[in-house]
Parts: sequence; structure tokens; C-alpha cells
Amino acid sequence: MSEHSPQAIRAEALESLLIEQGLLSESAVDETIALFNDRVGPLNGARVVAKAWCDPAFKAALLEDGTAAIEPFDFQGGEVQKLVVVENTPEVHNAVVCTLCSCYPWALLGLPPTWYKDPAYRSRIVREPRKVLTEFGLDVPAGKEVRVWDSSAEVRYLVLPERPAGTEDLDEEALAALVPREAMIGVAVL
Amino acid sequence: MEEIRKPVEKETLNELLLDGAIAPPTANGEVVFDAPWQGRVFGMARLLADQGHYTWDEFRAHLIEKIGDWDRSAAAEDPGEDYRYYDHFLAAFQALLAEKGLLDDSQVEVRHQAFAERPHGHDH
Repeated sequence: MSEHSPQAIRAEALESLLIEQGLLSESAVDETIALFNDRVGPLNGARVVAKAWCDPAFKAALLEDGTAAIEPFDFQGGEVQKLVVVENTPEVHNAVVCTLCSCYPWALLGLPPTWYKDPAYRSRIVREPRKVLTEFGLDVPAGKEVRVWDSSAEVRYLVLPERPAGTEDLDEEALAALVPREAMIGVAVL
Repeated sequence: MEEIRKPVEKETLNELLLDGAIAPPTANGEVVFDAPWQGRVFGMARLLADQGHYTWDEFRAHLIEKIGDWDRSAAAEDPGEDYRYYDHFLAAFQALLAEKGLLDDSQVEVRHQAFAERPHGHDH
């Protein structure tokens, strides 16, 4: 649709008036879209996590065969590939990378963060995972195992974080709102 | 014992997403637009809500109304007439601005007319 369409002109008229009134700025509008995508992007993944926390049968199916387990959700986006869900436990912490490029479960997590695509993360998380995680603000206890999963075009990984204490009363929707993208990549915990 | 992290967002997830019939088109976990103006309108509507001029729920009500009006109109039954989500989004946004006294329709018409009269190729 042309930027000379009536709708485009109307949108421009609104924006120019609102800017004149000091109610917004062009750059603030840009940022808002990015922030929105940032919140919305990981919500599919968060919903899967919340469901796994609430439904033991779903959780078992998810860990057994992630691709099949999420099929009923019919998440759009990205080519169909294998999804493997790895569970954080008191004994094991998982982190995900794509060492070769930036393979990532788009349909579940939205746009990959810039740092995930950065060569420094991609090489260092495999070589010195604990150090990298500490830099993200996550100190994994010495006795706990750290597993790093290398994604590819064929296989994408999602971390199932541990459910935080004190959330027994929350429903799935409220639980989903707690789960940030970083926890599903494995550089944060809840 | 760790502190419970309660969501601090103003809206619930379903409210934020405008779920169901009124959901914006998305792909790969982000909202997508056919044209830049749609992104501008989306951003403006969100920004003013974030700033507290109205709630996202209030915007949603207007959006539901505009889409409903179209559904009930002759246009919806015309096979040649496409459902254009952002046309309704734009109308809802303008209606909400008027309701809140932020802009009135006549101001908008005047500005629209002025812009429409610019020669094509104007660099703005």
C-alpha cells in the first residue's frame, strides 16, 4: 500500500499533530514497536513452559518429543524443524547456542537477541560456559552440571526452566508472563 | 527463599496480544506490517497507552467496535472487499484520541487535507 494512500496520509497527519502537541516523538514510536516485539516474541515459548509446569503429562510428552508436543499449538513462523526441550533441574543447568550461525526457535521465542548471534557468545559459551553465564548475572553452583546444546538447521533447543517457588497459586497465563526469553535460552533463571 | 517475580506489566498477556479476532498479523513472533504507516499507527497507539493517556483495554474496545461495524456493513459481504485490519486499527485509534480529547476529528481532517495537497515526490 502506497505511502500516498489515504490511510498513510491519515497516519502521518495524526503523528504530526501528536508530535506538535508534545505527546510523542518519532523515535519513541520506533522504540515502542521494538519493545512490543520483545515482549510478544517469547510468549509462545513462555506458554509452552507454563503448560509444562502445570500439566505433568504435557511436560513428559514435551521432553520426549518437543516437535510433536507443540504441534497442537500451531505456532507459525520458520520452517518446520525438530524441537528438543531440555529441562533444568536441581542437578543440571542447560544453555543453548548455535555455534555456526544463529539457529534459534523463532516460532517460540521471536527475534533472536543480538548477543545470541554474536561470535563471542557463540564460541565462548561452549568453551567456558560458567564464565559466560556469570557475565549474564547467573552463577551456577559448582556442584551443578552445565550442559550446552548446539543448535543447527535441523534441531532447535528450548530450555525448560525450573518453576520458581511460591507460584503454586498462579494460573498458566500468569506463569507464562513470568518467563523471559533469556531463561528459555538458558542464560537466566527465574 | 527467592522472591516471587510477579508480572509488572499493566495488562495481562491476552489483553496485550489482542487475541483472537482482533489480533494484529504476526510472523516469527513479531507484529508485521504491509506498509510503514501501519507500523507508525501501531507504535503510536502503544506508546500513548504506555504513557497512560488511556488503557490498552480502552483501545481494544474501540478496535472491537470498528471491526464489528465493518463486519455488519455491506462491505463485509462484498467478495471484492478485503478485510484490512489496519484500516480498522487506524479508525479505532482516531476515535480513541477524540474520546480522550487528545485530538479532534476536525483538526485531523485539516491536517490530512494539507498533506494530501502536497505534490507527489515531496520528501518528508
